[in-house]
Amino acid sequence: MAQTLDKVNQQPRAGVGASVPRKEDDRYLRGRGEFIADIRLAGMKEVCFLRSPVAHARIRSIRKPEGSEGSVFTAADLAGVGPIVANSRLPGFKPSEQPVLALEKVRYVGEPIAACVAETRAAAEDLAAEVEVDFEELPAVVDMLAARAPGSVLLHDEWGDNVFLETVVDADLEPIRRSAVITVRRRFRTARQCMSPIEGRGAVAVWDRRLEQLLIYTATQIPHIVRTGLADCLRLDHGQIRVVAPDVGGGFGYKGLLLAEEVCASFLARKLGHPVRWIEDRREQLTANANCREHHYDITAYADAEGRLLAIDAEATVDAGAYSAYPFSACLEAAQVASILPGPYDFQAYRCRTWSAATNKPPILPYRGVARAGVCFVMESMMDAIARAVKREPYEVRLRNLIPPEKMPFDNITKKHFDSGDYPECLRRAVKAIDLPVVRARQAKGEPDGSRIGVGFAIFCEQAAHGTSVYAGWGIPMVPGFEQAEARLTPDGGLELRVGIQSHGQGLETTLAQVAHEVLGIGLDRIKVVHGDTAMTPYSTGTWGSRCMVMAGGAVATACRELAQRLANIGAHLLQTTPEQVTVCDGKVIGPAGSVEIGEIGKTWYLRPQDLPEGVAAGGLDVTAGYKPVRDSGTFSYAAHAAVVSVDIELGTVRILDYAVVEDGGVLVNPMIVDGQVFGGTAQGIGTALYEEMPYDAHGQPLASTLADYMLPGATEVPAIRVEHMETPSPYTSFGQKGIGEGGAIGPPAAIANAVNDALAPLGVELTELPMTPKRILSALAAARGA
Amino acid sequence: MKPFAFDYARPKDLREAGSLLARGGEGARVLAGGQSLGPMLNFRLARSSLLVAIHQLPELCAVEEATDAVTLGACVTHAQIADGRTPDIGARILARIAEGIAYRAVRNRGTIGGSLAHADPAADWLCTLTALGATVLTWRASGGRSIPLGAFVPAAFRTVLEPGELVQAVRIPRPSKGARWGYYKACRKPGEFAFAMAAVLMDEARGMRRAAIGAVGGPPVLLEGERAVPEAVEAALAGSGLDAVERRQQAVALKRALAQAAA
Repeated sequence: MAQTLDKVNQQPRAGVGASVPRKEDDRYLRGRGEFIADIRLAGMKEVCFLRSPVAHARIRSIRKPEGSEGSVFTAADLAGVGPIVANSRLPGFKPSEQPVLALEKVRYVGEPIAACVAETRAAAEDLAAEVEVDFEELPAVVDMLAARAPGSVLLHDEWGDNVFLETVVDADLEPIRRSAVITVRRRFRTARQCMSPIEGRGAVAVWDRRLEQLLIYTATQIPHIVRTGLADCLRLDHGQIRVVAPDVGGGFGYKGLLLAEEVCASFLARKLGHPVRWIEDRREQLTANANCREHHYDITAYADAEGRLLAIDAEATVDAGAYSAYPFSACLEAAQVASILPGPYDFQAYRCRTWSAATNKPPILPYRGVARAGVCFVMESMMDAIARAVKREPYEVRLRNLIPPEKMPFDNITKKHFDSGDYPECLRRAVKAIDLPVVRARQAKGEPDGSRIGVGFAIFCEQAAHGTSVYAGWGIPMVPGFEQAEARLTPDGGLELRVGIQSHGQGLETTLAQVAHEVLGIGLDRIKVVHGDTAMTPYSTGTWGSRCMVMAGGAVATACRELAQRLANIGAHLLQTTPEQVTVCDGKVIGPAGSVEIGEIGKTWYLRPQDLPEGVAAGGLDVTAGYKPVRDSGTFSYAAHAAVVSVDIELGTVRILDYAVVEDGGVLVNPMIVDGQVFGGTAQGIGTALYEEMPYDAHGQPLASTLADYMLPGATEVPAIRVEHMETPSPYTSFGQKGIGEGGAIGPPAAIANAVNDALAPLGVELTELPMTPKRILSALAAARGA
Repeated sequence: MKPFAFDYARPKDLREAGSLLARGGEGARVLAGGQSLGPMLNFRLARSSLLVAIHQLPELCAVEEATDAVTLGACVTHAQIADGRTPDIGARILARIAEGIAYRAVRNRGTIGGSLAHADPAADWLCTLTALGATVLTWRASGGRSIPLGAFVPAAFRTVLEPGELVQAVRIPRPSKGARWGYYKACRKPGEFAFAMAAVLMDEARGMRRAAIGAVGGPPVLLEGERAVPEAVEAALAGSGLDAVERRQQAVALKRALAQAAA
């Protein structure tokens, strides 16, 4: 690994901006991590959930197998356990309660009905197979548009309709409608997907009688929020709950919520007096839990003859499933659609209505690039449609409409505050990276095998680390405020950083250490990042929304700066000078005539206080600090993706020939890790574009129950991705860094769809539904031939 | 998910396997490589009271080379064939089929006989060996049978094997010198089950033009002589349950298999 050298002292650089190898990879690559399924406790039993085989039904009765007392539990047994409630305070939001085990009614296939406890998972499944449930089946509401139609069967009888929330952004578009030269209207649909981290969900729960405390190990990104949610459902004090996230094998949002299974396992551990564990299997993940995305759009764009965008008029529906998931709620996607649909474009008039529709499917959950992947696909498809209408290169039409750098910082039509950046330059670089003229020349020549080549672009922004001012408006159960971090100097000069976020692949054990190193100069090998444990870390809303490098990074810097001040005070005494005369750097306090190691300072303050005057650094060497950026409306990183594809027009298959990303994530703390984030996200975006789909039949039965049916991109589907960085600092964050965790997943559906449509445009075909499967492509080609 | 409890037996020869199966009755099942049965048991789609493991039986791992055919034991793995550790019928015809089956981990354990006995319509061996005119050799306590593959699979996931009868080997005729072979399958991803597949054998010396279309929801559809052309696929698959797009994809697979054979 090439490392840059610090110009001043010729040490390999390890602070902000250095591509140091990840500290945590030593245990991961050697297979020595400790994940939820690696945890074994004495006396532990297995839990299997009996899940609903039908999408919508009243439960007439449940008959437990004979002799199963104490090992089969239904809603009636969960004394004192409340439902999961995730209401939004947006006006008109219809409150709902998600029962921990189904009560009276089931609302999706896979909804837990009974918890079965046995020595082994197989025996627990045997028990579940013997539980008899008498259902009175009801018609299932499967499609989000049908769900909205008057007279539809109702999921929540008391609502009167199937809409969690309707939002309206209104404007008078009549003058533009009359004057616009170009009017483009399209309908788009994106598939329901299943987030698929390598590790599924799982929990091990035990009640500690001595501490009178529930200890739950759970594969989560948000240990503190899980603790708050558990406290609500179980009617316990926070002090009676400790949540530990061990090593977590990927999350992507799927581990950013409180699961009914976690609540149930917690209840069982206390009730039964022995540890219990539930390890989700792939079938549960696919058919009962990890659902996400699924949008429908009816959108019209108005433009002038040059392709200058005048107005957008959109109606968006999100299939939110049966319940409002905790804490992000059922309206997270749709409410965001309204505010982020305009993307990085500057235009004058905007109307948007959104609906979060309730259906008999699992609750929709936040997935990497929440709402953004769908929005970007739609907006960028519209830009290409406008370009075709005005007969110009799609990138030229985009350049006409992007927010220009001289307008930064910029407040757009939905009051989003773009902090910095040069979007047109980003796009121009992507055009160059993909070598557009060469692709166009190849296209003009044609392919010897009859396949069609196409090129597509997408440009988008990624609002990240948004805080109180943004979330207060949504009024979900969790609004982020100041992020806390604790910096603790140990007597031997080591540093412990305690943070309430959780690292599950992002490399935060490395990057937060880099931030501390930047401030204190302590070697990375002497810095330990402690995370994922409510008993050991300060409260935090956790890891989501690409917030950690900005929020936890800022908090670590703040705590370390305060610690540095205290070290300077002590060091000045030891150097017989004044604090104003010293600096803290390279792990030392340096004075005008000599220096002292931070380790020596720690040893002196903790173990030899007699060597210091009374009262030096009386506040201690363990500093907890809170942090918010100068503005908390979010950092805006952005990227342009460019894809070249080849479409086999006989079989309908798509091959990605080239893929380039130009990304501006502000100042990069560890560029190598950022590259990894872009690669991983792009792979997932390729899945959204071409492969991933959880279809349901008319009765609400999920049709992809294994990874043979639910198609994920693998090594053979993900091309070599070329990444280029711009680094426009955010004016609001501690080092100018921006959140970049999700961008990779946002761009590919749009870029690839545009490339496929570019390839097929000469045949009169334009696809508007994801994923672009062979079947959809061939059906569209057949329809075009028939037309 | 985990399977229902079952017993597991590891007989030392075919005779013992046969008597275990006879004694186990309806609930007894043969376990070869376990690459299909394993997941089916895990999903509780299949239930078995007794699994009779056969992959270790020497009688089922034998290979035999004759001038006109190669006979492969039922428990020869896809990997052994792909790696050229068994005789082939031509210039890596069998090896190339085998190396395209699923993923290496599956090939390491999956067997040629297990694949045929499982009778998945989208399986590589069922389609290709049908085109090659292979014969299934079975073992029964009362004496084995020789069943042409075309008569072996009456429907998806069903065979004509009787209770207590198992696949012992498959006999694959050698094409003549100068015969042409082509095999094309279309998958969403390499290693996944195909959505269209076609194998063709053009063996003029033996007067043979054979095309087998696989992944049709039932046993492969065999097109012979002048019917072994893409134009015949539409009509041949009319009753298959495949939709118009799928039938067209099958015709394309055949077109490409023919192009390979002609190359």
